[in-house]
Amino acid sequence: MRAPWELALLAAALLVPALGSRFYTFLANDVLIWALFATSLNLLVGYTGLVSFGHAAYFGIGAYTTGLLMKKLSLPFLIAFPAAGVLAGGFALLFGFFCVRLTRIYFAMLTLAFAQIVWAICFKWNEVTGGEQGMPEIPYPSLDWMGRLPLVGGLRTSDHFYLVTVVLVALCLWVLRRVVGSPFGRMLTTIRENAERAEFIGVNVRRYELAAFVLAGAFAGLAGGLFGIFNRGVFPDFAYWTKSSEVLIMTLLGGMGTFYGPALGALALILLNQQIVSYTEYWPFVLGTILIVLLFVFPGGLAGAAGTALRWLRRPA
Amino acid sequence: MLEVRGVRKSFDGFVAVNDASVSVARGQIAAIIGPNGAGKTTLFNLITGHLRPEAGAVVLEGRDITGLPPHDVCRLGMGRSFQRTNIFPRLTVYQNVQAAFLSHRGRGLDLWSRVDELYRGETEALLASLGLRERAGEVSGFLSHGAQKQLELGIALASEPSLLLLDEPTAGMSVSETRETIRLVERIARERGLTLLFTEHDMEVVFSIAQKITVLHQGRVIAEGAPADVRADAEVRRVYLGERR
Repeated sequence: MRAPWELALLAAALLVPALGSRFYTFLANDVLIWALFATSLNLLVGYTGLVSFGHAAYFGIGAYTTGLLMKKLSLPFLIAFPAAGVLAGGFALLFGFFCVRLTRIYFAMLTLAFAQIVWAICFKWNEVTGGEQGMPEIPYPSLDWMGRLPLVGGLRTSDHFYLVTVVLVALCLWVLRRVVGSPFGRMLTTIRENAERAEFIGVNVRRYELAAFVLAGAFAGLAGGLFGIFNRGVFPDFAYWTKSSEVLIMTLLGGMGTFYGPALGALALILLNQQIVSYTEYWPFVLGTILIVLLFVFPGGLAGAAGTALRWLRRPA
Repeated sequence: MLEVRGVRKSFDGFVAVNDASVSVARGQIAAIIGPNGAGKTTLFNLITGHLRPEAGAVVLEGRDITGLPPHDVCRLGMGRSFQRTNIFPRLTVYQNVQAAFLSHRGRGLDLWSRVDELYRGETEALLASLGLRERAGEVSGFLSHGAQKQLELGIALASEPSLLLLDEPTAGMSVSETRETIRLVERIARERGLTLLFTEHDMEVVFSIAQKITVLHQGRVIAEGAPADVRADAEVRRVYLGERR
């Protein structure tokens, strides 16, 4: 991470448990995991120009993978967490192989179809996934070693897990940022900008799209792995289409044109949800209104609007 | 260098290109002309793999490339520009050309290096030779039509092709832009020893730089040869030059 504000943000995130509020830590944990989920989707939507309506499939697969390994096989988090990325990436490779053969709305519909298949399997396969009831009581990773550390030793287990989340999400975001700033990332943007031209600079468009799909799926899987533990249970609705739309809304709300836009969208949506729900039960109505206004006034999302505001403030007098 | 042998393509029963053969020798500047709808762009798309011919073959440097996908054709040393300007509009001028270098040099699957400085020297040198050096940082979609066409030429050249196909390189340009572009194309072709095949509607341009002209009419080749011969050809005068003048 080059920009100091990123480090400052990381430090601030690490300090949240020091506020002593179980609720704030809970909220921050939720935001971080969704931020990673949304950023992984943006690799497809914002960088490659592929709109997936089924990104929750990989989130769900990741959550079930970590959950099953930790609860049923009692494997350590150190294995169960990366496994979420590997398995979600593997399924993304399988499904993506077919999806990238289609374009635009057909691509989107096929991603949705695969996600619904994943959901249906999670919903019905009682022996393994717990079916409709899901899989409650996913154990926390064994973080006893943190209890022996200075400063953080006295914190709750949920706080310890939060700190692990901060570090892992920061690592994942750092990797994703390197990827979008790499030659590979540039090739993805050429596909988004003009797939026909990209082909004729020698880019095998389908193969690159598939690679992006697998990466996005793997990181969504890692987010899912964390979420299952955070949520203390894994349920079929993790892979349901409403989750896919939620993460897509975060991405659009925050702004798919910038790297941190979707993370900002995750923060905004979760906070809005918290705030508005306490005033009215019609919160989807309020959210819908906000989204419509935003999409018309600031098509670049919150991050785009913030960028415009900053440029305006810094304009030469 | 390039041999197109009897290719055919139809769309919903309409035969756009019918048994067309074109050959281009190494180092040659060759043109394909013909009235609107003669099948010039379709023929180009058959050569570059954007379309698959129903019959016939495309041979590049002795290698049969018929039916290969465009990205493979590009890797074998063919560059192209498109009739409708085809750039990466929200990337900068620099990024447009650099992307082509990255892809051509096989760095596309590098997920870890920082992209900005890679091939900076090559990219800037190429932009300079196109007269776009000063505009490297501009968003390419905001350039004038003529500058976008030049940029597209730059993208094609960054793939370091040995054969360059230009589909109407001066379409939509003013007279002065046209002259400037043609001079540029001619100079670059000479400097790089490129083989050039282009389509063009401006007869003056064609007869001024082409060493060989192929005339297409209703999907068929009706004449082929040196500019003087083509100009003198009775059928060409009847179906094409006659119509226009």
